[in-house]
Amino acid sequence: MSAATLYGLCSAVLVGLGLFGLIVHPQPLRKILAFNLIGGGVFLLFGVVARRGAAAGFGGDPVPQALVITGIVVAFSATALAVALLLRLFQETEQATLRLDE
Amino acid sequence: MTIALVFDIGLAVLVVTVASWTIAARDTFAAVIGFVAFGLLLALVWVRLAAPDVALTEAAIGSGVTGGLLLGASTRLRHTEKLPAGEKPGRTLRLAAAVLCALVSAGLAAIVLLLPEPAPTLAPQAAANIAATGLGNPVTAVLMAYRAIDTLLETVVLLLALLGIWSLAPDRVWGGSPGLRHHADPDGVLTFAAQLLVPVGMLVGIHIFWVGSDAPGGEFQGATILAAMWILATMAGLVDAPPVSRRWLRLLLVAGPAVFLAIGLAGYAMAGAFLAYPAPYAKLLILTIEIPVTLSIATTLALLVAGPPERAPQQ
Repeated sequence: MSAATLYGLCSAVLVGLGLFGLIVHPQPLRKILAFNLIGGGVFLLFGVVARRGAAAGFGGDPVPQALVITGIVVAFSATALAVALLLRLFQETEQATLRLDE
Repeated sequence: MTIALVFDIGLAVLVVTVASWTIAARDTFAAVIGFVAFGLLLALVWVRLAAPDVALTEAAIGSGVTGGLLLGASTRLRHTEKLPAGEKPGRTLRLAAAVLCALVSAGLAAIVLLLPEPAPTLAPQAAANIAATGLGNPVTAVLMAYRAIDTLLETVVLLLALLGIWSLAPDRVWGGSPGLRHHADPDGVLTFAAQLLVPVGMLVGIHIFWVGSDAPGGEFQGATILAAMWILATMAGLVDAPPVSRRWLRLLLVAGPAVFLAIGLAGYAMAGAFLAYPAPYAKLLILTIEIPVTLSIATTLALLVAGPPERAPQQ
């Protein structure tokens, strides 16, 4: 098995783990964390595709690599916005929950 | 079995183990620490996948700045950790979720194993045209020339996220400074570390940005290091976050996207298309874009971490 395939399988497990955390954790901050884990897995899958496309003297296809860099920065800005929303919710209601009742 | 393969298997197992820990840990703070470790391990994986540019980004943004942001949030939300009864999902839901997620993983794993051979790639096209951009790093060439529109939109997305965060401020503190004023012991270790590290870190950040045209690095990685140094200086109380209504601050924030857009539009006149660079001036134009973009990204990242204004503006 090549290193690319190995890390491809690793990325598949990461997406599954993150999705599981996103579903079962009731705390919003844990959901944000799990969302970032899914992101890590998806980016890694991109990296595997890039590695398999190594050609012309490059260790990997630079196009998906550049897309991943863009993706990491955008994922961070989405995380920052989500955390700010959550802290504002906490400021207003003194709790951080996604329950709808009350 | 070669040494490299043993290393790869060990690293993959470690990444999955740390990721499981961040999901399984009871304490959110501990989970975030796990996430930071996960990000650093992932950066190693990126090196193994021959993507040093991505490794730098992952270590700086994915692990470092995101980790710092989540650590701050988890300390503030510490006493909301204890869940009221009935909010934890039941055994059936957990089992159903586990089955669903296992299916998703299995599906992705099947896709990985069935990827077409030989793999489609744009590397030859990237190599064929790199001389026209005057750059040596193919990833920077993609970011700044072939797919420059993605990078332009990305700088706008960062600004939009910051606007979203700022708009969460209550009316009475609008235009004020983000976060609380940090005070650290002037003779303490944190102040000393900040005084020692910040100048060195700023040099490293500028270096990483500068070498990005020919070597691994670039504006995002350099900007993140610059932002991290500013965050360290504010944490040590050496500088204070400026009020968000300051005109110089807002100019700094929009300078990057504005210059990028202006040069992009000038592309119509100079080379006949949006974001097209005339070949003899390509590198000069790319650098002219990159310098303000780096400053804008660094400022935006630092303010994204600082959060919405929390102190009323001083009259």
